[in-house]
Amino acid sequence: MASASTLTKLRYRFVPDHVIGEILSKKWIDNAIPLLVLVCVVAVFGMLIPNFFSGSNLSITSRQLGEFALICIAMMTVILVGGIDLSVGSNFALGNFMTLALLNLADWPVAAAVPTVVLICGSVGLLNGVLIGYLRLRAFLTTLVTLIIVRAVVDMLLLQYVQAMSTSFYQSDIWDLIGLGGLFGIPFSFCVLIVVAIIGHVLLTRSRPGWRLMAIGGSRRSAHNIGLPVRSTVCAAYTISGMLCGLAGVLYAARLSGAGSDTGIGMEISALTAAVLGGNSLGGGRGSIVKALIGAIIVLIMTNGVLRLGLNSGSGPMVLGLTLVFAVFIDVRWLKNRDKLLNKVYVSPTYIELPEPVSTAAGAGNALALNDRLRDVEIIGLAAVESPEDVILDEDDYLYCGTRHGDIVRFAPPDYTSHEVYAHIGGSPLGMGWDKDRNLLVCVGGMGLYKIDRDRKVVKVTDETNRSTLSVVDDSRLRLADDLDIAPDGRIFFSEATIRYEMHDWPVDALESRGNGRIICHDPKTGKTHTALRNLIFPNGICTSQDGQSILFAESWACRVSRLYISGPKAGQVERVLDRLPGYPDNINRASDGTYWCAIMGMRSPALDVALRMPSFRRRMARRIAPDQWLYPNLNIGCVIRFNDRGEVLESLWDQGAENHPMITSMREHKGYLYLGGITNNRIGRIRLDGRDKTWSSFRSYWGGPNVRHAS
Amino acid sequence: MRLQVVARHLNQEKIVFLLTVALVIAFAALLPNFLDRGNLLSLVRSVAVLGVLGLGMLIVVLGRGIDLSLVAIMAISVAWSMQLIHQGLPVYAALALGLVFAVGIAFFTGILVAYAEIPPLFATLAMSTFVYGFGRAHLITGTDVVYMPQNMGWIVGLGQGKLIGIPMPIVIAALAAFVIFLFLRFTKLGSYVYAIGDNLAASRISGISVRPMLVLQYVLAGVIAFVAGVLTATSVEAMNTRIVNSNMIYDVILVVVLGGVGLSGGRGNVRNVIVGTLLIGVLMNGMTIMDIQYTVQNVIKSLILLLAIVIDSVVNPRDEQTGQQGDI
Repeated sequence: MASASTLTKLRYRFVPDHVIGEILSKKWIDNAIPLLVLVCVVAVFGMLIPNFFSGSNLSITSRQLGEFALICIAMMTVILVGGIDLSVGSNFALGNFMTLALLNLADWPVAAAVPTVVLICGSVGLLNGVLIGYLRLRAFLTTLVTLIIVRAVVDMLLLQYVQAMSTSFYQSDIWDLIGLGGLFGIPFSFCVLIVVAIIGHVLLTRSRPGWRLMAIGGSRRSAHNIGLPVRSTVCAAYTISGMLCGLAGVLYAARLSGAGSDTGIGMEISALTAAVLGGNSLGGGRGSIVKALIGAIIVLIMTNGVLRLGLNSGSGPMVLGLTLVFAVFIDVRWLKNRDKLLNKVYVSPTYIELPEPVSTAAGAGNALALNDRLRDVEIIGLAAVESPEDVILDEDDYLYCGTRHGDIVRFAPPDYTSHEVYAHIGGSPLGMGWDKDRNLLVCVGGMGLYKIDRDRKVVKVTDETNRSTLSVVDDSRLRLADDLDIAPDGRIFFSEATIRYEMHDWPVDALESRGNGRIICHDPKTGKTHTALRNLIFPNGICTSQDGQSILFAESWACRVSRLYISGPKAGQVERVLDRLPGYPDNINRASDGTYWCAIMGMRSPALDVALRMPSFRRRMARRIAPDQWLYPNLNIGCVIRFNDRGEVLESLWDQGAENHPMITSMREHKGYLYLGGITNNRIGRIRLDGRDKTWSSFRSYWGGPNVRHAS
Repeated sequence: MRLQVVARHLNQEKIVFLLTVALVIAFAALLPNFLDRGNLLSLVRSVAVLGVLGLGMLIVVLGRGIDLSLVAIMAISVAWSMQLIHQGLPVYAALALGLVFAVGIAFFTGILVAYAEIPPLFATLAMSTFVYGFGRAHLITGTDVVYMPQNMGWIVGLGQGKLIGIPMPIVIAALAAFVIFLFLRFTKLGSYVYAIGDNLAASRISGISVRPMLVLQYVLAGVIAFVAGVLTATSVEAMNTRIVNSNMIYDVILVVVLGGVGLSGGRGNVRNVIVGTLLIGVLMNGMTIMDIQYTVQNVIKSLILLLAIVIDSVVNPRDEQTGQQGDI
């Protein structure tokens, strides 16, 4: 039995299950299957065809790729915006013909002919764009019509000029460079492709027009409703598509210098195949340059490969058709099941063995024994606040708390009956703290660390930290900044409870009980933010120790409080202060006598403790039953404890009836009173403490005596 | 005011029909012999196959699909049948095998669309390419064109015979149109086709076996394609497999949408296809008499289609709010 649990422990320590879910949640994983197909295709044809990897073959292939991939990018652009462009093949043929005609018959220089051709093909795209974008015609039909028209126009032109064209031959150095040469040994058309691809990628992923394209493809209606210029953007996408076809036509003309009636026939089908094989979804919103390129390479290698293998005439289409079916099938299945799979595997509970809790039995005689000292809590602001996670008081005895609506509400002394919205931040304001200049710093769940200065202006302090090198999820973003405290030198230490879930998903993080959280340090002097300590199990309350040398932090799901040295000889070290807690510790704050208050937001239960040692059981639970039936930490009742630097619990305050102040996530001592906040409450509690320093306030404990107040 | 009323009653079908009538009047005035019985018959006969294929397409399009593999199925299945007859197989056995082939391919396409949930555009595009490739690689080798065997008996009459002076292809096409009209209008399965095209999710909830229905649509289209193939082959005494690479499938779509069948499914009937086919027939016939070049004919045909859908979109504008996502 012991060895089995050791094995489980080792398995969960060293096998990173959670990474699978994180990888699946990344957008780039969409490319995995097309990439796999690409590798298979290259491997198969590489084996079958001799000299496949030889320099000359690669050079020829990449030259063809330069043209074909441009067409695929053109197709991808319109697919991305929710359309389709069947006219690419004809447009390509038109570009090819126009180039040759301008050079051979009209004797234009290359520098004039190329832009002209791009503009001519762009105007075909513009026609599509006007019809589809502005007149709202159906893309499939409209481009089908332009396909036929442009093809017919090309055929008519060919009929008229092909004789004259075959007798003349254009020659110039730059034309030879485009058609036969290259830069640094790379074929010219491939260089063009690289440039287009890079520009396109940056535009699509990093620029406003690109984002609009994606937004319109994702949901045209929503894009229209939020006021994006849907029509002109759609029109622009088709125009770009046309221009890319023209460019490809120029490259093709330079390579072969021949105009035939079969140029570009069926190219719309190959390009469509390529775009979809690469993973661009029809209907829009999902696609990228990389996907188009992957698809283009696959299709080109296959069509060329089948030709090179010398199979009879039908085999090429046969293989192409089969691949298209297979690829689309995989793609459809992938799209449909990815989220299901993700839901199944993202939650990955781990092994955690909590030490036996200290007894809280009423007669046990220890400091944690149940009592009823909180029964007579006074109620402040009943039904005026919702979710006051943390409460704080200033030197003038005003009482502040956050609400779930994103407000900071202020109650006025001495009776705290009147209140006002002090400032509106948004998000879920959680932990708060005063800095030396009496600015209120607030940790806002979902947003980051914010500051409200004395003019009530809300300023963002930080919402990102350094990204850790091997993280799969983007952990530079702050998802759930929870509580903060400020070191004597001004550095702000704050906890982020989890990097894997949003705030409302905290129960799922509890189910995992992995070290998903961290402590982050922001230095206002340099303006820099960095992660100070990682892999903490839901770090929650933070409090600078009374001597200012270390910070105390609570790890909720591990039921313990630890200390991180921030200055002095032991800086950077972590040591355990308090464990075997009977519940889940939340905020920690200083007490007037050199000790600390800590809120226990909920109590452990034996069943959940056992479940924590059975990760596979919890995984099954997460997969098979509805979230409201999971085993949760019991947050219905809690208490306040006081402990000292040595980790001894000195006293505890309970409310066994849980009538006045059922749930506690924070508490502040202020001038002889203890103020209580709770995240599921609609009130703030206050209780008089006997025998405490009636002049002590938290602010003065941090930043010195009345002279500060005088200075303000 | 009156104009608005008129506009409200105009739909694509009526516009196209009026256009056809206008063209007929124009051609009749300008071209001698246009209204001859012989010319009119050859007019209809020239588009009979197109019309039959359009009927197959109609069934699929009504169910919010599209079948780009019709021409490939038609060409390869019939060409293979004739190849088999050349190789000595009895006529009926060979034709039956061809029909089984056509139905089998269509069935597989249906499975891909209905069960594997591959978008019809792709499933049929891929099947078209595959069928052509497979046929050329393994069934019909060495030749593009398979000529009609001389021992086909009465079947030849389907393409070349006449019934009370009317060429058989027209009769067959009319018959097919009537059968499909009955199927769509009066059978339960026919209404299911409309229901699925109108709202697939709702039909599923209301208890229609959506997936088998989708398969059925493709199978019906496959059978119709085979019939069209037999008509073609017997009319011109050969089946050219290169027809797959031509614009013919686009013409079929043209015929269907021209008459006002909605590509988003659930809207349209046999009458729409007939109207579309007639317009194309009139146009091509008139232009051929006027000796207009084939490519120019293509341009004019396309421009008319474009005109029809532009007018349709002006009269019945699509709304940003109600437009279907992914409806291309």
